[in-house]
Amino acid sequence: MGAAEGQRDRIGAKYGMWFFLFTEILFFGGMFILYAVYRSKYPAEFHASAGEENLLLGSINTAVLLTSSLFMAVAISAVKKGSYRLSVVFQAATILMGLAFLAIKAVEWYEKVARGIYPNSPVLDKMKMGEILFFGLYYVMTGIHGVHVFIGVCVISFMVYFTLTGNVTQENYSKIENTGLYWHFVDIVWIYLFPLFYLIT
Amino acid sequence: MVRDAVEREDHIGSYGTYILIWAALMVLLAVTIIVAKVEVSKYSVLLNLFIATVKAGLVLFFFMHLKYERGFLKGLLLMVLLILASVIGLTFSDVWYR
Repeated sequence: MGAAEGQRDRIGAKYGMWFFLFTEILFFGGMFILYAVYRSKYPAEFHASAGEENLLLGSINTAVLLTSSLFMAVAISAVKKGSYRLSVVFQAATILMGLAFLAIKAVEWYEKVARGIYPNSPVLDKMKMGEILFFGLYYVMTGIHGVHVFIGVCVISFMVYFTLTGNVTQENYSKIENTGLYWHFVDIVWIYLFPLFYLIT
Repeated sequence: MVRDAVEREDHIGSYGTYILIWAALMVLLAVTIIVAKVEVSKYSVLLNLFIATVKAGLVLFFFMHLKYERGFLKGLLLMVLLILASVIGLTFSDVWYR
């Protein structure tokens, strides 16, 4: 480490991000436990409700998010290699994929709300207990995941600015590396949400 | 030794590896949908969760570079997952045997 780098501690910065992700694992873990307990109590109703989910849109969204993770990984490698222009292109592509994910999610939610299925709706309140719980968990878990995607899109937008202004560079890439860790983590959460809400049979 | 460790952790992933991992993730996505649609057995839910774990592992080890991190960080992650697993176990021991 040269004097020009100052007191930078890459490994410390990375471990800090991992510690934050550990708390995120336990945070989402709590909701996955709720899902598991209620699914074990109402297996038939969870099965029937999952059949109402739009499998096509869910699958497309999974592909979109997995692809965005590829773009993010490439963008980080590009910064480390000093190809800043290439990195900005792939960061922008990651943002676009994130926005596409949110747009598709919005269409899914809109479809459901249009059928009267939303928390506390008269239609949902007349359904069986297991179905109320399934859709409640669906809205809370995909909603909180969606908030994470939105935060990720905002943070990556800052990284585009930082890369363009020379704040993120080949020698100083902790910010974008940590952003990538966060983005990939959000991808992993969706990897589990997808089978639980769309593929339960 | 220390220098080796630092270089490993500064590992720059190659574009080719990332594209291969992405392709594997896409294949697994297709497999998981087929498994769910075909409903081969009552174990398809477990199989799909297993496939999800393989996908999560690929993202963790390659996109998140866990493969190139020190054993210390891997151990920390394992500890967090064990805490989560034991909380799940304790919760279910209450739910099933109440």
